[in-house]
Amino acid sequence: MSFVSDFNALPLGSLLKQSLSANSLQARAAMNKSDITLADFAQLISPAGSEHLEALCRRSQQLTQQRFGKVIRFFAPLYVSNECINNCSYCGFSRDNPILRVTLSIDDLQREARSLKEQGFRNILLVAGEHPKFVSNNYLADCTRALHEIVPSVSLEVGPMEVEEYRPIVEAGADGLVVYQETYDRPIYGEMHTAGPKRNFDWRLETPERAYTAGFRRLGIGALYGLADWRLEALSVAAHADYLLRNCWKAQVTISLPRLRPCAGEFQPLTHMTDRELVQLVCAFRLMFPDIGLVLSTRESAKLRDGMFPLGVTLISAGSHTEPGGYTGAGKEKIHQTVRGRIVEVGASEFATIGTAATNATGQFNIADDRSPEEIATIIRRLGYEPVWKDWDEALMTKAE
Amino acid sequence: MSSANKPLTIAGREFRSRLFVGTGKFCSPEMMRDALAASGTEMVTVALRRADLSGKRDPFANILEFIDPQKYLILPNTSGAMNADEAVRLARLAVAAGLPKWVKLEIHPDPRYLLPDPVETFKAAEILVKEGFVVLPYINADPVLAKRLQDIGVATVMPLGSPIGSNRGIETRAQIRIIIEQATVPVVVDAGIGAPSHAAEAMELGADAVLVNTAMAVASDPCRMGTAFKMAVEAGRAAFEIGLGAQHDTASPTSPLTAFLN
Repeated sequence: MSFVSDFNALPLGSLLKQSLSANSLQARAAMNKSDITLADFAQLISPAGSEHLEALCRRSQQLTQQRFGKVIRFFAPLYVSNECINNCSYCGFSRDNPILRVTLSIDDLQREARSLKEQGFRNILLVAGEHPKFVSNNYLADCTRALHEIVPSVSLEVGPMEVEEYRPIVEAGADGLVVYQETYDRPIYGEMHTAGPKRNFDWRLETPERAYTAGFRRLGIGALYGLADWRLEALSVAAHADYLLRNCWKAQVTISLPRLRPCAGEFQPLTHMTDRELVQLVCAFRLMFPDIGLVLSTRESAKLRDGMFPLGVTLISAGSHTEPGGYTGAGKEKIHQTVRGRIVEVGASEFATIGTAATNATGQFNIADDRSPEEIATIIRRLGYEPVWKDWDEALMTKAE
Repeated sequence: MSSANKPLTIAGREFRSRLFVGTGKFCSPEMMRDALAASGTEMVTVALRRADLSGKRDPFANILEFIDPQKYLILPNTSGAMNADEAVRLARLAVAAGLPKWVKLEIHPDPRYLLPDPVETFKAAEILVKEGFVVLPYINADPVLAKRLQDIGVATVMPLGSPIGSNRGIETRAQIRIIIEQATVPVVVDAGIGAPSHAAEAMELGADAVLVNTAMAVASDPCRMGTAFKMAVEAGRAAFEIGLGAQHDTASPTSPLTAFLN
């Protein structure tokens, strides 16, 4: 079982062509169908489909409310390490970027988690760069266990692993795994990932399936928009989600739609996706997958997020930090640079030149919506939705006594 | 002769309302509280994964604080459980947290259609009945499974009309008819009831109660919709108790052609 062979056989070129040449009538017809195929999805995300955006939004809103109700779930990312052995041109954590790095101790991690819990979060996404020396599998299992003492729901976004390596993490209480393919365009993937294990496109593509086999029950996928043509990425994500729903049938699948944000390394996006296109894509995913979770992060601006909350999104972050220790300053005393896998102490004078605030580790990217979780919850209520913080109980995963 | 519908008795407890209500999907806990009141329900089911079971009154998971246990029987449900072990564990936790020893047993491993797993549901029901729980299992409209569950001592069976949240009504009508005909415990039609007319239809068929959630929670006015369901359930039940007239393929004239012979 693997999505790779299905993916290789996908007629992506012809689907993209159909999308770009679709007319208004075809797009409208696709919108009114009850079972959306990948070919219909191509019509929904077409330039012609954009003419029907208002109607598309209404349909998406109605489907989302029926399936999920008038509720929006909250989660928070908790970065535990920004060490990384990969070089990804678009990522601030790339190993050759001279950034301030740190890996949190378990105590630091719990301090961060308690701060998030005080703000309301009961669902934490543990994020780490990929570095076997600093971020070992045992360390991640320990982190999961420590987080689980504080909140009921723990997901991870970390370097891909083998099934057997995932199992102890599931046993430690993790329920979800998020892995973005970044780009589904093989040539661009090759250009973007110049060093490190992440170069292996197929290994990454099969990660959600391995995670499912190991027992994870929430699988998050997505592309990073800004590297390849967004419609090609969206068609690939839709095919991937469809595959996972059929083959990993007990898992709740979520799709994230991150657009590239400014980060260390000054990489500029290679392609552009407008706000209008992002909204169109969220709604198209909803029509094709009425039951799938759709994630909106603080990468997007406050104004855009407020408009998108009622259109099909089901899971949001708020008040996020993308640097380890960002919520409390935990781990600050251990900040260093890493050169060829070795820790290099940072002198006081260098602090002033390297970092921005120069007291915390460097973030993965800049966030655009820096409002507090409380502020966002107030807006959600004003929009007629209930903010849901707890939607999971540890009893669902923890082994019986 | 009284014009009131007969009360419903489950595990020795009497309910005047035959409308059970779910608590998910409402736009606010205040709206949920008001809609419950408007519906006249006396049995309210709550997903344990949404509630705080630690006893610490978590302000970020405080759904139970909006449901008055003096007014409603709180029926904990095991939604989110994918197998018998998880459901049993949740049910036990609920009791430890001070909730009633009643459980709406929901085990649906497929998060898309939320269809119940008959094998795991049966296993969990066996364990929980033995432990003294009042078990109300959510099942597909499978008459044999309903009988098997009755044999082991469940308090009701809750066959689905159509998938949860689908609003498609009683698509399993023929199977539900058999379940009702053979039932030795109350039959509660659960899931898929999208309109008051669906609720009335289930009651006219002879269901003992219905459970409604999505159709009320996502309505533009959940309170009025709650009242609409209340009336529909009462009307449907009254029609069942009175007995509906037989259906004919042809018209039956009010002035018969043979009247001159009388």
